[in-house]
Amino acid sequence: MNLFFHIGRYFMLLYRVFARPQKHSVYMRQIIFEINNIGISSLPIIAIISVFMGGIITIQAAFGFNSPWVPLYAVGFTTRESIMLEFSPTIVCLILAGKVGSNIASEIGAMRITEQIDALEIMGINSAGYLIFPKVAAAVIIFPFLIALSMFLGIWGGYFMGVASGACTEYEYIFGIQAFFEPWKLYYSFTKVIVFAFIITSVSAYFGYNTSGGALEVGKSSTNAVVYSSILILLFGLILTNLFLNR
Amino acid sequence: MIEIKNINKTFGDRQVVKDVSFTFYKGKTNLIIGESGCGKTTILKLMVGLHKADSGEILYDGQNFPKLSVNEQENVRKKIGMLFQGGALFDSQTLEENVQFPLDMFTDLTKAEKLERVNFCLEKVQLVGKNKLYPAELSGGMKKRAALARAIANNPSYLFCDEPNSGLDPKTSIVIDNLIKNITDEFNITTIIVTHDMNSVIEIGDNIMFVHKGENWWTGDKSQILKTKNQELFDFVFASEFMKQVLGTPSK
Ligand SMILES: Nc1ncnc2c1ncn2[C@@H]1O[C@H](COP(=O)(O)OP(=O)(O)OP(=O)(O)O)[C@@H](O)[C@H]1O
Ligand SMILES: [Mg+2]
Repeated sequence: MNLFFHIGRYFMLLYRVFARPQKHSVYMRQIIFEINNIGISSLPIIAIISVFMGGIITIQAAFGFNSPWVPLYAVGFTTRESIMLEFSPTIVCLILAGKVGSNIASEIGAMRITEQIDALEIMGINSAGYLIFPKVAAAVIIFPFLIALSMFLGIWGGYFMGVASGACTEYEYIFGIQAFFEPWKLYYSFTKVIVFAFIITSVSAYFGYNTSGGALEVGKSSTNAVVYSSILILLFGLILTNLFLNR
Repeated sequence: MIEIKNINKTFGDRQVVKDVSFTFYKGKTNLIIGESGCGKTTILKLMVGLHKADSGEILYDGQNFPKLSVNEQENVRKKIGMLFQGGALFDSQTLEENVQFPLDMFTDLTKAEKLERVNFCLEKVQLVGKNKLYPAELSGGMKKRAALARAIANNPSYLFCDEPNSGLDPKTSIVIDNLIKNITDEFNITTIIVTHDMNSVIEIGDNIMFVHKGENWWTGDKSQILKTKNQELFDFVFASEFMKQVLGTPSK
């Protein structure tokens, strides 16, 4: 019962979010601001995590494949596939759900309890559209770039740390990351990213927008935003994987 | 002119507004007074549609606001300026951006024209030169004044003020009262002020509704209020010894 209440209210909110913008120039300005706020500011954490995860995956793979029967390309191939298919699109999005999701929910939640959203409504502004649409749009635009960068840095980190630690040779790794490359798998990865970007921003905004009470409730909304967007990311990850990769 | 007719509002099982009817006149400062928690803010929020009334009519120059379509409601709201009890300034924007916001949203003025208007409004509330400060850098009273500047930025036809001078020193308080009064006269707008400041009541109370326990208990103007025979209103007005001394205890 409760679940259906939330789902219904979520879609009613989305309906308002995607209503016709009242003033395009203001919306454009907000989108650019949010691209910076949501996207660019997440660069450092994404870079650090990607490089290290790439290194760790490579060393683990080299450790596990230490047998004469395993082909030379196995280490590079494994690293590339794990990063491209799952680590960058899903794990990085889960991390962004923590960073971006809590940020959005607490920002909008604070605006709700201090009557800033009421002030927008009084002015005759569609507060849901004005506050949420730019965030969703910005994330859908910028997340694919962030994830592409994460893929690149992950594979580079694998190369750098794998070779530097002596876990694999340079030739082996380079050969491996080029082996059996199927470009269509990138469609799968980036479809996931776009869906996840939408989930993180809209679900977090939903919890923020429907905050009522005081500072304590803002904290709860923020927690809910992270928990539910993470669960939904995994759920939709599973669904999309089944659609794309299950033959 | 705004008329409210028989509006009721219940939160849970508590009836907060009981069958309130009143007329707020154009070009006058209309006051809603009453003790804390009697339902003043709720009445204000019902009028602007932030709360939905259980029953009753809210007529903006004859149009029944709750019955209008969403688009029509937005059009009415573009003519509303509202000063919230807590200010409700946008935290992420500077003072200048806050005041400019309604202009960005609803006008096609050039940058220079907007800035001129912003500075005009800031001058009215005595916040000249504070353009680049963020709300977190303002004092409580400055936030109130900034919020008032934002409320009047886009030349509203209806101005709602929820306790415009709570938290202000007596001098600034009078300045704000006079400012609201002047704007009301000059632009002939319908102004509704919620207050429990007796000073304001006596200064600018053209048309007063006294709310007691969610009901419209008494109506009148500033000259009548001092001669009131109504017990609850009398207790409200002459609550402090100071008031009794200043105004002279009227014979009951
Ligand atoms: N959103 C709400 N949900 C439940 N009860 C509410 C809500 N808003 C107000 N109330 C209740 O309605 C009553 C009237 O509140 P209101 O804010 O209108 O008082 P007020 O007259 O503005 O008081 P003050 O002068 O202190 O601002 C209060 O008892 C309050 O507890
Ligand atoms: Mg109040």
